[in-house]
Amino acid sequence: MSLWAKHKILERNSIFLIIGILIVISVGGLVEIAPLFYLKSTIEKVEGMRPYTPLELAGRDIYVREGCYVCHSQMIRALRDEVERYGHYSLAAESMYDHPFQWGSKRTGPDLARVGGKYSDDWHLEHLNNPRSVVPTSIMPAYPWLAKTRLDTKEIQTRMKILSYLGVPYTKDMIEKAPEDIQLQAAKDSSDADDLRSRYPNASAREFDGNPGYVSEADALIAYLQMLGTLVDFKVYQNKANMR
Amino acid sequence: MSARGNRVQGQNNVLAEKSLGGNELAAIIVFSLLGFAWICIAALATTSEYSFHAFLLAAASVATVFAVGNRYFARDAYTPQELPDGKPNYNMGPVKFATIAAVFWGIAGFLVGVVIAAQLAFPVLNFDTAWLSFGRLRPLHTSAVIFAFGGNALIATSLYVVQRTCRARLAGDLSPWFVVLGYNVFIVIAGTGYLLGITQSKEYAEPEWYADLLLTVVWVVYFLVFLGTILKRKEPHIFVANWFYLAFIVTIAVLHLGNNASIPVSLASSKSYIVWSGVQDAMVQWWYGHNAVGFFLTAGFLAIMYYFVPKRADRPIYSYRLSIIHFWALIFLYVWAGPHHLHYTALPDWAQTLGMTFSIMLWMPSWGGMINGLMTLSGAWDKLRTDPVLRMMVVAVAFYGMSTFEGPVMSIKAVNSLSHYTDWTIGHVHSGALGWVAYISFGAIYCLVPWLWNRELYSNRLVNWHFWISTLGIVLYITAMWVSGILQGLMWRAYTTLGFLEYSFIESVEAMHPFYVIRMLGGVLFLAGALLMVVNLWLTIRAPESDNAAILQLQPKTA
Repeated sequence: MSLWAKHKILERNSIFLIIGILIVISVGGLVEIAPLFYLKSTIEKVEGMRPYTPLELAGRDIYVREGCYVCHSQMIRALRDEVERYGHYSLAAESMYDHPFQWGSKRTGPDLARVGGKYSDDWHLEHLNNPRSVVPTSIMPAYPWLAKTRLDTKEIQTRMKILSYLGVPYTKDMIEKAPEDIQLQAAKDSSDADDLRSRYPNASAREFDGNPGYVSEADALIAYLQMLGTLVDFKVYQNKANMR
Repeated sequence: MSARGNRVQGQNNVLAEKSLGGNELAAIIVFSLLGFAWICIAALATTSEYSFHAFLLAAASVATVFAVGNRYFARDAYTPQELPDGKPNYNMGPVKFATIAAVFWGIAGFLVGVVIAAQLAFPVLNFDTAWLSFGRLRPLHTSAVIFAFGGNALIATSLYVVQRTCRARLAGDLSPWFVVLGYNVFIVIAGTGYLLGITQSKEYAEPEWYADLLLTVVWVVYFLVFLGTILKRKEPHIFVANWFYLAFIVTIAVLHLGNNASIPVSLASSKSYIVWSGVQDAMVQWWYGHNAVGFFLTAGFLAIMYYFVPKRADRPIYSYRLSIIHFWALIFLYVWAGPHHLHYTALPDWAQTLGMTFSIMLWMPSWGGMINGLMTLSGAWDKLRTDPVLRMMVVAVAFYGMSTFEGPVMSIKAVNSLSHYTDWTIGHVHSGALGWVAYISFGAIYCLVPWLWNRELYSNRLVNWHFWISTLGIVLYITAMWVSGILQGLMWRAYTTLGFLEYSFIESVEAMHPFYVIRMLGGVLFLAGALLMVVNLWLTIRAPESDNAAILQLQPKTA
């Protein structure tokens, strides 16, 4: 019986056909995805990675809500011009606590993987309120409602708890103190900020949106943007030890 | 169709006693409970946006209960599987609904596309308003054209083709309606969700957990209806189009479940977190993302090609063996191609290389499909002169060939280092989406509407105008994006003689402006062409039933 004749079995039996399809489509996905979960080289060994502070997490959720990824990548490729333009190429370790990842696929605007610390808080606030006031030819939409909207913190503890189930190392203590940590981080530098930094090393605490009245969505988003790409200590990062 | 069925039953089953079917009873109970549950969730919801969705879903559930009740009073006691003359009693109601939904969502999706194209050229059009901002409208555009327009076209054609090629009535009684209505409720929930800021921000998988769950249920029922119809078939062989539809339905289910695995923050919250993170999430996302292209936008629409092109050209499919080879090769190779979206990123190199290798190999089965489609025309090429519908479908296949050549080229790492993150990708997607997916769908819809409503198409000249206006639009669109994409890529990597980067990022943004205007004009032309189609279809359906024998021969004989 020729191969063509054998194919008749599949053409005449829908269940066999479906099983055949399932087998054929499974191979590629299994080979490419499964090893990423057990190969130790997938995620580099780095110093400095910590989970997002509650305020940064809230900011990231706003980034996700507004669909920033449709125009901004967060993935600096290992190419000369990108490294010179944006900084050290992105490591897998830098997004290991990201649910979901926000690497993006399009740069209508610039990459944001290392935007943290490049601009002042005032610049970010002005830029979110009216991008063309600081970059005259920018085509970014304005987000004036962020600074006017009070940050909704009702869910923050549940959100952190869910993330901790998924492997983000939030401790009980961190989850318990989340509401205070939000207030702490969005307030002017105070001695209490050290308490915050004991849980989240190197977190910067200040009045991000310049408005001391309440914690706004702009506070959260700017806190998130200002920490992007700043966690990993590249002075001690061993490039050669992480060859893949 | 149903009127005809009713008449038959009136003759044959006058004495049959009508009773509430088990499925109807179950539907009434399940949807009553669901309606109640959604009202409770609406009351508990942590945000007004989610509350709005819960009310929408509650209203849809209540409407379903009423619809099932009304249908019970209106229907006959018994629906025969066959008409008295031995022809199958086809169930075309859901097909008609999905066809009209495809046209409606097509226009909506193209319109939003034009709006966001205009926003990129003139940012003032974002109006400083949350729900009008580009970041929220862009997923609305992609979902509307891919899942609403494309999805309804696939559901309509698949439910039509599977009945005709199996010579059997659609399996299930309420379930085909549940598929088409449930799918469109999912579309409404997903689309309004983006506007309200309810999104997972996973590209082409933006809907949140409850919309994903709804889609999962709808999809399983869709699969069962499709498979059930195949199992009832009177033909020994499963027609080749149905292999493609099956691969599309099965694989999309697998991809959807894998990529959307998430944990909701609570039942009262629209927010969820994807279980995957970082690099693994990236790989899962593009395994999903590229196979949404491979199985939704390719396998499904190849199924359309395999039924409608031979039917319209009145010629057999060119090569049976080629269809076998390219079917298995296509579905095997496509799944590997995802990592080409992640070249030079933090995804391990071995995965990138695999993705590139398989993407290049994918060129072959893709062109196998193209050749099979085009060569089906042999002996009938003259019809391209006289039949603009067939011309539209043939040009669709040609665009398919072009973009499946461009795709493997762009998956080569060296090319990708230039093209990635630029408008070139957008141009590539649109040569596939407008040229291939939309054109083959338009062709199928131009065939389907006259067949379903038993009319003659109102005007072939209007089809001709549609074809040329849209084609001009596509050409403007993709050429503008080629130039802007390559320009962008070159500007980003340009160095001065002193070794500094030559351009700041914003200079590359400024350089895009003229191309964004041209792209917008291309979009306007494409939309204008589609509006001509709407007029044409509207006048077709409104016209009195045709007694043209040439059309009737494609329909079952009436009693």
